[in-house]
Amino acid sequence: MGMGLLFDATRCIGCGACSSACKEQNKLPGKVEEVLTAYTWTTVKEKEGTNIRRLCMHCEVPTCASVCPVAALVKTAEGPVVYDAKRCMGCRYCMMACPFEIPKYQWDSAVPIVGKCILCAGRLKEGLATACATACPVEATTFGKKEDLIWEARTRLRSKPGAYVNQIYGLTEAGGTSVMMISNVPFEKLGLKSNLPAEPPAMRTWQVLSNIPDFVGVWGVFLYGIHWITARRERVADTANHDNGREDRS
Amino acid sequence: MSTAATLTSRRFRPGFWTIVAALLFLAFCTVTVIRFTKGLGAVTNLSDQFPWGLWIGFDLLCGVGLAAGAFTLTAVVHLFNLKKFEPIVRPTILTGFLGYAFVIVALLLDLGQPWRIWHAIVYWNPHSVMFEVAWCVMLYTTVLAVEFSPVVLEYFGFHAPARLIHRLITPLVILGVILSTLHQSSLGSLYLIVPSKLHPLWYSPMLPLHFYISAIGAGIGMVILESYLSGRAFHRHLEMDLLEPLARGMVVALGIYGLMRLQAIRRNHAFGSILEFGYEGKMFLLEFTLGVILPVALMSIRKLRSNPDWLVGGAFMAVLGFVMNRLNISITGMEAASGTRYLPSGMEIIVSVGLVATGMAVFAFAVRTFPIFPEGQGAPSKESELGA
Repeated sequence: MGMGLLFDATRCIGCGACSSACKEQNKLPGKVEEVLTAYTWTTVKEKEGTNIRRLCMHCEVPTCASVCPVAALVKTAEGPVVYDAKRCMGCRYCMMACPFEIPKYQWDSAVPIVGKCILCAGRLKEGLATACATACPVEATTFGKKEDLIWEARTRLRSKPGAYVNQIYGLTEAGGTSVMMISNVPFEKLGLKSNLPAEPPAMRTWQVLSNIPDFVGVWGVFLYGIHWITARRERVADTANHDNGREDRS
Repeated sequence: MSTAATLTSRRFRPGFWTIVAALLFLAFCTVTVIRFTKGLGAVTNLSDQFPWGLWIGFDLLCGVGLAAGAFTLTAVVHLFNLKKFEPIVRPTILTGFLGYAFVIVALLLDLGQPWRIWHAIVYWNPHSVMFEVAWCVMLYTTVLAVEFSPVVLEYFGFHAPARLIHRLITPLVILGVILSTLHQSSLGSLYLIVPSKLHPLWYSPMLPLHFYISAIGAGIGMVILESYLSGRAFHRHLEMDLLEPLARGMVVALGIYGLMRLQAIRRNHAFGSILEFGYEGKMFLLEFTLGVILPVALMSIRKLRSNPDWLVGGAFMAVLGFVMNRLNISITGMEAASGTRYLPSGMEIIVSVGLVATGMAVFAFAVRTFPIFPEGQGAPSKESELGA
């Protein structure tokens, strides 16, 4: 199941330490922006009196990884969905397809690449927590094993039922994610999509793509069969025209 | 291939359209330079909220779709053995090839780092529809080039390779039809992955089939249209005995497609959003009336179908409706979920229009240089209007 993050909106004070730490850790230029961009991989925003973080959810079956034609985006066993900028040719299908609208592009660059949170994959390898979780002064963002985080989230929802909306965002959304959120305000009011099916979107295309090899064989034989029949029909007609049938054209 | 003739105008005279095409080409080159020095943001209205725009919606989706006449007609002639259509196969293959060349040039501009386009050959991800699209573009463009090559080879006197290709035509055509089937449908599959983003008037699990069948319909419309345009430019007669039955094929394809679309909308319970008559509803009505209802209704009537003006009008509506459909899927239907409006920038439009003009100029050059149009009907009565 790997590692993940739990964000508790009721704890967040909106200080923005996570965004700044992220910039520093990933050497992203410029100031922290209002919305996610190729240079700002996580934001904190106040909505409905609650502070909500936006960052890559690190799906269990990532739509971005499934659509990337060159496999530049990959889900690692430790949890992060990482991005290999050297492979990316810039088709931007990941941006189109991501149900959480996370990958962003360097529109101002002549050699542009995609930018998105990579769950500090390098730090994880060294056994460290993500920069954002480490920087958080109030433990609004917690790093840990995903199963422990689910257990922790359930405990909080159960112990203070009135303080939370009874939902762990990310448990089932788009097939489940490594980043999960709990909040006192319904998630759609915080700008998060609430209409995401539990089936990963990637399954919809795989149902079609996995049938291609079978289809090619059947379609090829069918088309050749049509040719065979029509060509033979012509030959028979020619033979009939030429009485003795020596003129055998195909 | 049957005997064919080159279309010659008596002398080269740069006419109005030549100058327009040349100016558009220059504008296209200018935008290209800005795009590669300042980045995509400097020339397009694309954004993080709306990463795919006109170049995908028009250049890619329509360029490939309208090239569908090539695989349809090669199948009709070489597999279904309806030899009477052979005279218009060559111009159709040429259009197909130019359509695909147009798509590739547009992709080179739209990709962030097009010099890495070969990565699709080296780094595989069979789970990606874009991976399938990339391979289909590469392979089918090659097939089209080989299918067209005998015309060029014979022109330069290389008869042996031309004969070889002619003997391999059946497997070549089958390969072309398979690749086209995959490619046309895969462009629809691209949108299968955005069920929560694409408007229910257009989203359907059957999108691949919608794309495939509508491309056959509009591809045939394109064959009719291009016969008309080259007829006008070179003062040839329309091959009505061939185009009239093609229009019947178009009616059948568009009819099946129209029914499938209505079924999909019913399944999505989206008829309500047509009646609401909002932005999406209006755009759908325009697209469906123009692209399906009118061409099917009008071209079902033999009298209209046999009249060159009505025939060309019907084909034009089908092509226009097809373009609207692809733009609606790639732009109109995606706007609400993106939370933003997208209108292409002037420079994006210049690239698309410039590429279309360049394609038409190359077509005009090719039909003048190589024997492409059927003999007898090819003799121009007076000097051409389309200068280059």
